[in-house]
Amino acid sequence: MKTIEIVLNGMNRSVSSEEGTPLIYVLRNDLGLTGTKLGCGLEQCGACMVLVNGEPTFSCVRTVEEFEGCVIETIEGLGNPEQPSLIQKVFAEENAAQCGYCTAGVIVSISGLFAKNPRPTDKQVKEVLCRHLCRCGSHPRILAAIEKLRGQKLDE
Amino acid sequence: MNKHVSLSVNPKVSDWLEFRPAGRVILHTGKVNIGQHITSALVLIAAEELNIDPNQIAVAQTRTGSSPNENYTVGSQSMQHSGYAIKKAAATARNELTVRAAKFFGVSVEQIKIEDGNLFIEKTNQSISYWELVKNAPLECYVDETVDVKNHALHQLQGKHHIARGMWDIVTGTYEFIQDLKLPNMLHARVIRPPQYHAKLVNVDEKLIDKLAEENIYLVRDGSFLAVGAKSEFAAVKAAKRVAMTATWQIENSLDESDIYELLVKNKRDSLLVEKGCIPNKDLEIPPLDKTNVQGDITLNAIYKKPYIMHGTIGPSSGAAVFDGQELKVWTQNQGVYPLQAAVAEALRLQLDDVLVQFMPGAGVYGHSGADDAAFDAALIAKHLTNFSILLKWTREDEHCWEPYGSAMQCNLQASVNSNGEITSWSHETFSDTFLTRPVIGKEPASRLLSTHYLNESKPWPVTPPMLTVHGGIHRNIEPIYNFPSPRLVKHRVYDLPLRTSALRALGAFGNIFAIESMMDELAEALKLDPFHFRLKHLNDEQGIQTLIRLQELVDKDRVNFPQEAGLGISFARYKNSAGYCSLGVLLRVNGDAEVELIKIFCVVDVGEVVDISGVRSQVEGGIVQAASWSLYEQVSYDATGITSRDWDKYQIIAFNNIPEFCIDILDRPGSSYLGVGEITTGPTAAAIANAINNAVGLRLRQMPFNSEAIKSAALLS
Ligand code: FES
Ligand code: FES
Repeated sequence: MKTIEIVLNGMNRSVSSEEGTPLIYVLRNDLGLTGTKLGCGLEQCGACMVLVNGEPTFSCVRTVEEFEGCVIETIEGLGNPEQPSLIQKVFAEENAAQCGYCTAGVIVSISGLFAKNPRPTDKQVKEVLCRHLCRCGSHPRILAAIEKLRGQKLDE
Repeated sequence: MNKHVSLSVNPKVSDWLEFRPAGRVILHTGKVNIGQHITSALVLIAAEELNIDPNQIAVAQTRTGSSPNENYTVGSQSMQHSGYAIKKAAATARNELTVRAAKFFGVSVEQIKIEDGNLFIEKTNQSISYWELVKNAPLECYVDETVDVKNHALHQLQGKHHIARGMWDIVTGTYEFIQDLKLPNMLHARVIRPPQYHAKLVNVDEKLIDKLAEENIYLVRDGSFLAVGAKSEFAAVKAAKRVAMTATWQIENSLDESDIYELLVKNKRDSLLVEKGCIPNKDLEIPPLDKTNVQGDITLNAIYKKPYIMHGTIGPSSGAAVFDGQELKVWTQNQGVYPLQAAVAEALRLQLDDVLVQFMPGAGVYGHSGADDAAFDAALIAKHLTNFSILLKWTREDEHCWEPYGSAMQCNLQASVNSNGEITSWSHETFSDTFLTRPVIGKEPASRLLSTHYLNESKPWPVTPPMLTVHGGIHRNIEPIYNFPSPRLVKHRVYDLPLRTSALRALGAFGNIFAIESMMDELAEALKLDPFHFRLKHLNDEQGIQTLIRLQELVDKDRVNFPQEAGLGISFARYKNSAGYCSLGVLLRVNGDAEVELIKIFCVVDVGEVVDISGVRSQVEGGIVQAASWSLYEQVSYDATGITSRDWDKYQIIAFNNIPEFCIDILDRPGSSYLGVGEITTGPTAAAIANAINNAVGLRLRQMPFNSEAIKSAALLS
């Protein structure tokens, strides 16, 4: 067992887990944050994306020790059904999810991108999104949501 | 007596809806949400008929026992089945309660108005709610199929934009998927699969077994079925890897790696003549292919090919189960709780009533994926580890290697056209494996579950006979919708093919429509005829004609904006020749690396009366994107040792860098029947892409995927 300190969704947490455990299992099982999804465990699909110090980061391979001292944000940290973030709100309004399995990862990545740059170029958007797979074909709705977001003032 | 498929089995109003205290209504349905947001549409239908707020309605999770048995959520039929049933049930309830209210107030039914669930007499303060009316007298009546439904001119909810139910939970990560289940006394489980289909477990290292026991990790072994269970998920993951490393397998047979299209025409098969969309008689003689050449006619022969394709769900299949020694409870993300109940009961030799199956949402599956198998794996492990709750997840590799794929297909077409541009003869033969290995109640359903083939008392792999029904599996949409003189249509159900297959979105329609609509384009090109005009010339179906004409308008309006190097391809189909219509145009370019870049999609659909317009749009877009992915990139690869498409690097699907602009027109037909939408775009998408590639660069691609290698080799041959 190893204990590390992180800032998770705005709170200081010390997290104990067996050494070598990929971050996603700790988030989902030990900390109850099941919004982050496991899709491949191979850093190929983006379902497991979380923000680490503001950067969209896969959580399915890298072990929890590697995140010592990091600021981590998961989908739950961005908003909740009663108080969704603007990005979450626009995704919902545009129905930018079918099954919704890929959605949290996509929203996390887009939140990271917009936090740095509220008017990203097409190229920047595609670059970020190309780390995400969606099998339902929600891509056009997701792109429509992002189009709507561009240039809008973000809450925070 | 009700004749409707869902109403005949579930005839009472209370089978579909219940009034509950505090102004709530609960809907029951056998159709499940698999990403298509069917429950959103069902709620809108009920709210519309009852004149209540959709927020007052909840949908009960589908489970055996309490939910109507609607078999599977398949074939783009949920609206026709559950949608229709709920509409009639709600209208019956409203009528019945209007009669009760009229009696209560001593007035005629015509005087009763309904708003927000209150039945009242205008200009008085006399009012009573649905809930008060049913309080002491629950609705016992049967659904009246002849009941008048609300006039569509009065619709307030349908056809408008709505945010899908569950959407707020999805976007905030609080939507509960089966993968997120937390059950009392739960073990996380993983299965250790053989290297390929035809393998037997020889042994597992004894020392490792002892070690695992010391670590409180449970090993389940039944014949060649191997699984581990542990309190911690990561411990289960690691244990599965350790077991996999030490397990030894005996390979009994290698996979036949010869060219699949050779096998399709060479292997043993049943060849059946298709008439009016079905096989009326298995013994009908197949007339020989007409080889005579009428002078002045042009005859084209072409062979169209489609490889094995994956469902490729983004979240690997999962299942959960708990067994108390008597009763087995199963949670599944599959598309039919009742057939799974029958299959699991048979496989584990339990009484049907002792197996309870409940649906839980999973990632999208688009047909018969690994979902049923994963549910059974969980049940099997639970049966061995009594009193533990088991949450079993397949890995990415399990999913890629073990799901039943969409069958490979080959379509051999021959068509002749005279100098007036009229098609004078048409022949279409399709060679393929089965599209139906789902569990079917009454037909040894257990044999359809993957792991039953690896148990001590293993079941043989199922060999399903050819489907004979209208637009069944392989021959779905082999029947052209166009007006051709006596088309010659042959279905070849081919046996002994290398990979496990079953239902994937649209079944045979995907390959058949690709073939028909490619051939239509080839003929139009040979005659130098406009592809719209050529199709319209052979079409009598009025609604179909309207979608094509509307598509032409959309395309023509935009033509000035088309980049010079771009090519446009069009296609048209009516799914199963009885469901939704789709006319499609694809604008694309082929770049310097011989890759297809999609620019814009034009699509006109007619799905009958539109309930949830956002849901229809998502299904149209999603179907097109998925089919574009199949057409451009996908092919399950394998060799003698097994499947080699073991992860997303080895099985490419469409990414965000090739998503075109969309121009979609949904022709609403208020008051007409629901036609369904989920599968109507797949075949047209493949054909329109092939036709557009030909239009852009003059290369006719007849074999999917249309990737850069295919385009380069077509260029070399041209
Ligand atoms: S689960 Fe991490 S990238 Fe797929
Ligand atoms: S919405 Fe289903 S995978 Fe993206």
